[in-house]
Amino acid sequence: MEVVLAIVVGGLYAAGIYMLLRRSLVKLLIGLAFLSHAANLLIFTAARLNRAAPPVIAPGEQALTAPYADPLPQALILTAIVISFGVTAFALALAYRTYRSVGSDDLDEMKGTEG
Amino acid sequence: MNEWLLALPFFILLLAIPLALWMRQQGLTTAQMGWLLALFPLASLVMMGYAVLSAQGQPVAVSIPWAPAFDISFSLYLDGLSSLFALLILGIGALIVIYAGGYLGSDPNIGRFYAWLFLFMFAMLGVVLADNLLMLFIFWELTSLSSFLLIGYYHHEAGSRSAALQALLVTGGGGLAMLAGVVLLGQIGGTFEASALLVQGKALQHHPLFVPVLALILLGAFTKSAQFPFHFWLPNAMAAPTPVSAYLHSATMVKAGVYLLARLNPILGGHPIWLYAVGGVGAATMLVASVLAYSQTDLKRLLAYSTVAALGTLTLLIGLGSPLALKAAATFLLAHALYKGALFLVAGAVDHETGTRHVPRLGGLLRAMPLTATAAGLAALSMAGLPPLFGFIAKELVYESGLEAGPIWMAVALFMGLSTVFVAGMTGVAPFWAKPSEKLPHSPHEAPSTMWSGPLLLASVGLLTGLLPAGAAERIIGPAASSMAGQTIPVKLVLWHGITPAFLLSVVTVVVGTLLFAYRTSLRLTLQRLSWPWGPAYLYERSLDGLNALARFQTRLLQSGALRYYLLTIVLSVVVTVGWVLLRSGVPWVLPLSVNDVLFYEAALAVLILGATLAAILSPFRLGAIAALGVVGAGIALIYLMFGAPDLAITQFAIEALTVILFVLAFYHLPRFKNLSSPSVRRSDAVVALLTGSLMTLLVLVAVDVEISPVVSRFFAENALTKAYGRNVVNVILVDFRSLDTLGEITVLGVAGIGVYALLKFRKGRTKAESAAPSLARRSAQPAQAASAAPALTPSVPLPTDDPAEASKGGEAS
Repeated sequence: MEVVLAIVVGGLYAAGIYMLLRRSLVKLLIGLAFLSHAANLLIFTAARLNRAAPPVIAPGEQALTAPYADPLPQALILTAIVISFGVTAFALALAYRTYRSVGSDDLDEMKGTEG
Repeated sequence: MNEWLLALPFFILLLAIPLALWMRQQGLTTAQMGWLLALFPLASLVMMGYAVLSAQGQPVAVSIPWAPAFDISFSLYLDGLSSLFALLILGIGALIVIYAGGYLGSDPNIGRFYAWLFLFMFAMLGVVLADNLLMLFIFWELTSLSSFLLIGYYHHEAGSRSAALQALLVTGGGGLAMLAGVVLLGQIGGTFEASALLVQGKALQHHPLFVPVLALILLGAFTKSAQFPFHFWLPNAMAAPTPVSAYLHSATMVKAGVYLLARLNPILGGHPIWLYAVGGVGAATMLVASVLAYSQTDLKRLLAYSTVAALGTLTLLIGLGSPLALKAAATFLLAHALYKGALFLVAGAVDHETGTRHVPRLGGLLRAMPLTATAAGLAALSMAGLPPLFGFIAKELVYESGLEAGPIWMAVALFMGLSTVFVAGMTGVAPFWAKPSEKLPHSPHEAPSTMWSGPLLLASVGLLTGLLPAGAAERIIGPAASSMAGQTIPVKLVLWHGITPAFLLSVVTVVVGTLLFAYRTSLRLTLQRLSWPWGPAYLYERSLDGLNALARFQTRLLQSGALRYYLLTIVLSVVVTVGWVLLRSGVPWVLPLSVNDVLFYEAALAVLILGATLAAILSPFRLGAIAALGVVGAGIALIYLMFGAPDLAITQFAIEALTVILFVLAFYHLPRFKNLSSPSVRRSDAVVALLTGSLMTLLVLVAVDVEISPVVSRFFAENALTKAYGRNVVNVILVDFRSLDTLGEITVLGVAGIGVYALLKFRKGRTKAESAAPSLARRSAQPAQAASAAPALTPSVPLPTDDPAEASKGGEAS
């Protein structure tokens, strides 16, 4: 399954980079969202996939019993998801303000304007 | 006790810097400031003199650990060589401080001038007192820096600015080479303390890195001391006020290179390369500077070229390295400082009182400026090497060293001697004794006491030490020569040696030199006809132009200002470098690419995500793209769910829903999708994007294959319940084991929230910017205006208004 997910990660990265290279600010924001998805899935896949039980300690046990999904990458990704949401929200607000100030969403036209 | 007498005089110089600025504000006259501030170097001199005398020939040292991890300590070391230099720095420094008070009489910036001058004095004293070579380097560069400030003191003149920059680039660049050499030397020798290195003596010369060390250190010394081919910056540095030229560019700073050579002579000297590199460069400098001096007419430039020649002489003597040559070097160093300092100050006084430094115009000042003329006469006689002045003794010693070393070295010394006599005549005799040729800009009268006292004192000391050289020989020159040699050299100086070969050569020098002086006009015109444009200065100019052109070129290339080019640069660099390493390692060819374990619905999900991704890219509508983006997010959440991460799935679902809402809200106010790029650009971007994606796919596959240490995960698995009392290990990590990280995350979200709020609410800057770019707005804002429900503010402004209520809605949503 890692092979399939690796291809999905590659596809998401390709989409993110392609959208980031667009001149339109609006498309750039979508590219940003793709990039966070790609990075999260990259961490998830690179840390090995495991169809086993989630890392929750069963009642009556004192510790996780193998096999279990690795909790560490999950904690990292959880943080990353929330942070990327903050970034997306800020970027959207910035784009909104930029468009209001400059009157264009074309990055080439924005060059040299002070907004 | 002695240690404090060493450290204290060093640091009290720093006190003078704020004091100078404060005095200026208090409305003291410049002359008063000069007299008062001169007390600082004088007090330092007295303290250090006491320390030297009470140490009775033993070096005085003090060491305070500074950065012990790097073997850097704040260590001062005062031996014979440093004492000689400290005497020059503080003694001449005091006279310069007084002199500047008269010279810069009406200058409103005098406070700043004194601040820089004392900064230099402090740095220069640091150079000669530092025992730690890295500390020496710091002070060394500080002298370059203060020299830059002082040369550029008349900063409204373009010539001053470019001369200051030139001096800084040449000496600062050489200083960097020296730093490399010093670091290597410290690595070889195992210590950065000069005193500890000196004990090892010539043992370091067998190390394979010795030649690079020598070359780098010599580069630093030669640039600082204006040795050929770096000599050109010194005459240009004459753009500085004359007290600065006399002090930095004759008596002290330019001798820092000579000091370094002398200091390291016991370690580096005696090597076969040393004689030819140091002696050869010194000789070449003497020849070039002597020839160039004959065609000069400006008082200060004449003195500058003869200073370059004198520095070459000192370098040559250290290169020869025999006890006699080192004795000559110490003697010549002192004699030169005395007469050249005096002549520079005289040149400044003449310039100050007459308004010109052009020698052919000057003449007949003897009657108007008798005291200055006396100082000039004594100094010129000393420079020309006539008895009974100290310069005579020094020149005899130089000639004796030349005779000892061989006929070629002697010829060079003789050649330099001729130009010295010539310059002495031009600067010390002609302005006062020659017939006045034309009317001068100002009618001359005697300079103020601040300006004749210094040169007269220096010239008188030159006479006194000439008549009674024994004291100076025993107390100053002997110890200095001994430190240079690394062994005791007994020095006994006498004025009269009898008729020796050196004396006969002196007579020849004076006679021929006087003849050259008598025919100075025709000599100058002949030489000026032979002028040679492609000197090192030309090379410097061209390389500076080239550097600027290169900087402009690469700035234009790299700093396009367009986001896509920055991104392309980053992305392609990553793809090329990482891809190259990956392919070269051969790993991608042996990856286990098995898809046997893929379940049907997993494959379907992957296809769905990729399909939605493609749809988001290709969709011509904003809403379509957002919807597709939502599908991608939901698909990823399902993957999390399938592979044992329900917490991630829940979070991803929640956040994805919020993100979609946010996108819809924001895009409502943003223009529709447009295809701005041409098809060919889109195609090439697609290639770049696919390359990046392929690389990431490869990276994931390689990463999956790497063995991961399970230590950290196992720790969490075993301790979640027993230590943190939670069964959901992911949650325990977030809120307990790594709770500070989570706090940081909350802070980030808070900051982002404030940022969003500010961006939506902030009105003032926007209105300004909107009115500043109306044409741009008018051209491309039409779709947005159509989409906006809010009414226009005024008919004349074709922009949608920014309704505060509407904005706050967006704020709440986020």
